[in-house]
Amino acid sequence: MIPAGFEYHRPGDIASAIGILQEHGDEARVIAGGHSLIPMMKLRMAEMGHLVDLQAIDELKGIEISAETVSLGAMVTQHELITHDGLAAAIPLIREAALQIADPQVRYVGTVGGNVANGDPGNDMPGLMQCLNATFELSGPDGTRSVAARDFYEAAYFTAREDEEILTRISIPVPGAGVGQAYEKQKRKIGDYATAAAAVMVGNGQASVAMTNLADTPVWSESASNALADGDVSGCVAAMLDAIDPVADNRGPVEFKKHVAAVMLRRAIERAQSRAG
Amino acid sequence: MNDQTMTPEERAANLKGLGSSRKRVEDVRFTQGKGNYVDDIKLDGMLFGAFVRSPYAHARVVSVNKDAAMAVPGVVAVLTAEDLAPLGLHWMPTLAGDKQMVLADGKVLFQGQEVAYVVAENRYIAADAAELVEVDYEELPVLTDPFEALKSDVVLREDLAGQTEGAHGPRKHHNHIFTWEQGDKDATEAVLGEADVVAEEMVYYHRTHPCPLETCGCVASMDKVTGKLTLYGTFQAPHAIRTVVSLISGLAEHNIRVISPDIGGGFGNKVGAYAGYVCSVVASIVTGQPVKWVENRMENLMSTAFARDYWMQGKIAATKDGKITGLWCHTTADHGGFDACADPTKFPAGFMNICTGSYDIPTAYLAVDGVYTNKAPGGVAYRCSFRVTEAAYFIERMIEVLAIKLNMDAAELRRINFIRKDQFPYQSALGWEYDSGDYHTAWDKALKAVDYEGLRAEQAQRIEDFKAGKTRKLLGIGLTHFTEIVGAGPVKNCDILGLGMFDSCEIRIHPTGSAIARLGTISQGQGHATTFAQIIASEIGLPADDITLEEGDTDTAPYGLGTYGSRSTPVAGAATAMAARKIRAKAQMIAAYLLEVHDDDVEWDVDRFSVKGAPERFKTMKEIAFAAYNQAIPGLEPGLEAVSYYDPPNMTYPFGAYICVMEIDVDTGEWDVRQFYALDDCGTRINPMIIEGQVHGGVTEALAIAMGQEIAYDEMGNVKTGTLMDFFLPTAWETPNYTTDHTVTPSPHHPIGAKGVGESPNVGGVPAFSNAVHDAFRPFGLVQSHMPHDHWRIWKIANGLGMHG
Ligand SMILES: Cc1cc2nc3c(=O)[nH]c(=O)nc-3n(C[C@H](O)[C@H](O)[C@H](O)COP(=O)(O)OP(=O)(O)OC[C@H]3O[C@@H](n4cnc5c(N)ncnc54)[C@H](O)[C@@H]3O)c2cc1C
Repeated sequence: MIPAGFEYHRPGDIASAIGILQEHGDEARVIAGGHSLIPMMKLRMAEMGHLVDLQAIDELKGIEISAETVSLGAMVTQHELITHDGLAAAIPLIREAALQIADPQVRYVGTVGGNVANGDPGNDMPGLMQCLNATFELSGPDGTRSVAARDFYEAAYFTAREDEEILTRISIPVPGAGVGQAYEKQKRKIGDYATAAAAVMVGNGQASVAMTNLADTPVWSESASNALADGDVSGCVAAMLDAIDPVADNRGPVEFKKHVAAVMLRRAIERAQSRAG
Repeated sequence: MNDQTMTPEERAANLKGLGSSRKRVEDVRFTQGKGNYVDDIKLDGMLFGAFVRSPYAHARVVSVNKDAAMAVPGVVAVLTAEDLAPLGLHWMPTLAGDKQMVLADGKVLFQGQEVAYVVAENRYIAADAAELVEVDYEELPVLTDPFEALKSDVVLREDLAGQTEGAHGPRKHHNHIFTWEQGDKDATEAVLGEADVVAEEMVYYHRTHPCPLETCGCVASMDKVTGKLTLYGTFQAPHAIRTVVSLISGLAEHNIRVISPDIGGGFGNKVGAYAGYVCSVVASIVTGQPVKWVENRMENLMSTAFARDYWMQGKIAATKDGKITGLWCHTTADHGGFDACADPTKFPAGFMNICTGSYDIPTAYLAVDGVYTNKAPGGVAYRCSFRVTEAAYFIERMIEVLAIKLNMDAAELRRINFIRKDQFPYQSALGWEYDSGDYHTAWDKALKAVDYEGLRAEQAQRIEDFKAGKTRKLLGIGLTHFTEIVGAGPVKNCDILGLGMFDSCEIRIHPTGSAIARLGTISQGQGHATTFAQIIASEIGLPADDITLEEGDTDTAPYGLGTYGSRSTPVAGAATAMAARKIRAKAQMIAAYLLEVHDDDVEWDVDRFSVKGAPERFKTMKEIAFAAYNQAIPGLEPGLEAVSYYDPPNMTYPFGAYICVMEIDVDTGEWDVRQFYALDDCGTRINPMIIEGQVHGGVTEALAIAMGQEIAYDEMGNVKTGTLMDFFLPTAWETPNYTTDHTVTPSPHHPIGAKGVGESPNVGGVPAFSNAVHDAFRPFGLVQSHMPHDHWRIWKIANGLGMHG
């Protein structure tokens, strides 16, 4: 489990990081917490000549909370998401989901930016961000742009981010008072990715539901969300089951995953509804 | 000292001997990160080896091109079978009488098989260069199913083509290894034919892996000046490894020193010999430099010894009242590409013939067929004594299946079939003599402790609630009464590669009354340095704290067969007591001389000899020790040392009653162990705290195996569970609370009555968990379902029973 050799860079600001990416093209990759990337490098499934460490870039850090918006720096760790009380008050769903990611050791170093930029269908944050209707801010050689989380994911490990772009911040609208939220995840053990996970917001006549690890991207379903907004739980579940496309793996066959997806979604809805109000 | 005023009980307590929950002396270094494992060994000029492994499960190796790898700066050598062939080392013998490729000789038989060995200045260069070795493979049809393998035209072992006789008798097919038969076939079939009731089921114990925390590794260091080879490694049997290295390398045995340093868990995985050892030794001889090889986690899971993989077809016959009259078992054993099982020579299926379990079954028959497939070799005793877990799982499932057929309570069915206390020593239908047991007492104690009646009442209510739609959770009560056979074993029927399975201890008492003891075993976490000192303390009256224990260095330790199969306490522990008794016998003569009385006029009193009838006249063991070195005693040699090589007259038969209470979510397949009660009877208890620790660890491994852990292959022979993301190791979160309990039925033939405990919890735990799952679904019609009971398989049971509407 030894990765191939690489050059290590540690730029101090976003512009220099982008400069290094430009210089080396697809030979270069940024590294945040490394807890998705390093395992891939050790398996030699990811090999790159240049590793650009984002740890020294202060602009990528910090959690800012206003009445309407939460802004998370890409380098905010999953641990910070859990321990930040202001965040938990504004959007409790984030803490609830973050607590179900991996284990404390991973969460101390794994970042929210890495989790959403990675593009692994197993990651929990992408579905969560789609449920919350977050926007990702990207910086590249041509400046900055924003992409909605719901438009970001194209296929497993393929996202709307260009190779030379860096995800800098995530901004999330604060759900209105009275919106109930819940994250429900089935996994085989602590430290495991989801067999199926559901993120649900419901209340004030609105709803949003997204699911994780049941297709090659996270799945946010407009029709499922609309059905739930109308109070039609069965319709919501049926629409979501239409939208997902799980594959068989060690966690189980397709029929099992579909069944569990429905169970997770129903449980999340039930809990979110009990918190709405 | 206040020797005069202390009561005998106080003096005994000071010794921290048998029965003391003395803290583990090993933990001082382990908890400070000061252990010394193989990968901590750093020698001057040390090189590193890395393997090129086959990505295919079955393929011809057309060519191996080393050029690109050799061109990497820092690469010293790349070895292939061609390089080893002139030394006769491209194949090596296995412990099971088969032979195994060290490096691929023309073909590969499992994914992960060693193809080339790259030696470089450091492990990073070795890893990079291994990527550059170009191997040209030609894929061959893959056989992963043992039943299919026995019918297939595909010949896996071309080297054995035409050989109709194997190491264990005739071979029926080119992919067949052996048939092993025990018991009376005709009589058993007659009983089955006449029985009131016969229950029949296929019980599969899936393939899994011991997965010790520390993977396998070694450092080979050939000193070209002295001609001596020092081999450090993760060896559970260092002496046997020395002999094997000598036999296969041609180096004289006195020129080989094998050292097992601290070992981070073995569980059977570190008993056999691996290609890494052979290649490292050869590389060190060739280069004249030390060579280190340490496998990574994926290599460990994919290529080193697996465990289990037994398909056990069973038939159990009984009267309509539930008295068992006969047991029949046919096992198809998937051994992978080579037969590298670690069993005593005469037992190709280990002690699978303990499969009559705790029950008085008058007639039985067992046949085991070993089969080659395109999977990794192994078949080791993963925290068990040679297939005892398979046997225990088989019988404990068959009992449950029979209970269903008879519509009887499974606890009661066990009770009426237990071997009674007065039947010991008990001769089993499959050839063993059980030494001692008191199963009814243990069973009643266990049932009472968990309030079995209360649990059944709760379960009945739960079923009502479930049917009424009030809950989606079922309650399972998993029962197990297991009997192990451990402590191999009598030299008359147990050997490994012709080496009798005795064990040894040498004790030297120092003049000031402290001591060092050396054994032929090797601890891998069992706490030998703690417990064996306790045996000596009780036998010779010196405090355990003043006794150093050493194992694992073949230059200093007496010859022994090592640690696995719960044999350390039954065999080496017995040797320890016997060596201590020799010392005590000499001490008696010294004491008598010092007290100026006849030898027979002194008697042993905890830590001293005193004059019979005059207890105030005594010599403590400490005083005697000093006298042994400073007095000229007529008729006695100076010094106080002894060695014992102990050949046990019989195995020991620990037993236990385990009960698991489990909640099961029928919609997700999730489970939660609400209660786990483990009663163990391991005979005399040396250190209750260590026993408790062993039980906790072993039940946790059992939980893993029963509830998710497996080595799974796809149809192409790819390992699907090669990382710890997919190979289930429970964390603290998944690990339930355990309640431990005990009864004490000493072994009548063991010097201190001890039976061994390290493996009981794995043997008993697996059926307890599995039976809990089965029991939860029994009221809904489930009879048998295969492990591991991970979420989707449990869900599938519920789904198959129509529980999802
Ligand atoms: C044992 C284990 C269990 C885990 N379980 C879970 C789980 O249950 N749920 C879950 O969601 N995750 C899980 N993870 C993954 C973990 O949360 C990772 O930390 C996370 O996926 C990636 O974050 P990182 O900061 O470590 O990113 P890295 O590993 O450093 O990077 C991941 C990818 O994102 C890219 N990247 C990172 N940051 C940026 C950026 N700012 N801009 C552009 N690209 C970027 C990198 O180039 C790389 O391709 C687990 C990991 C482990 C090791």
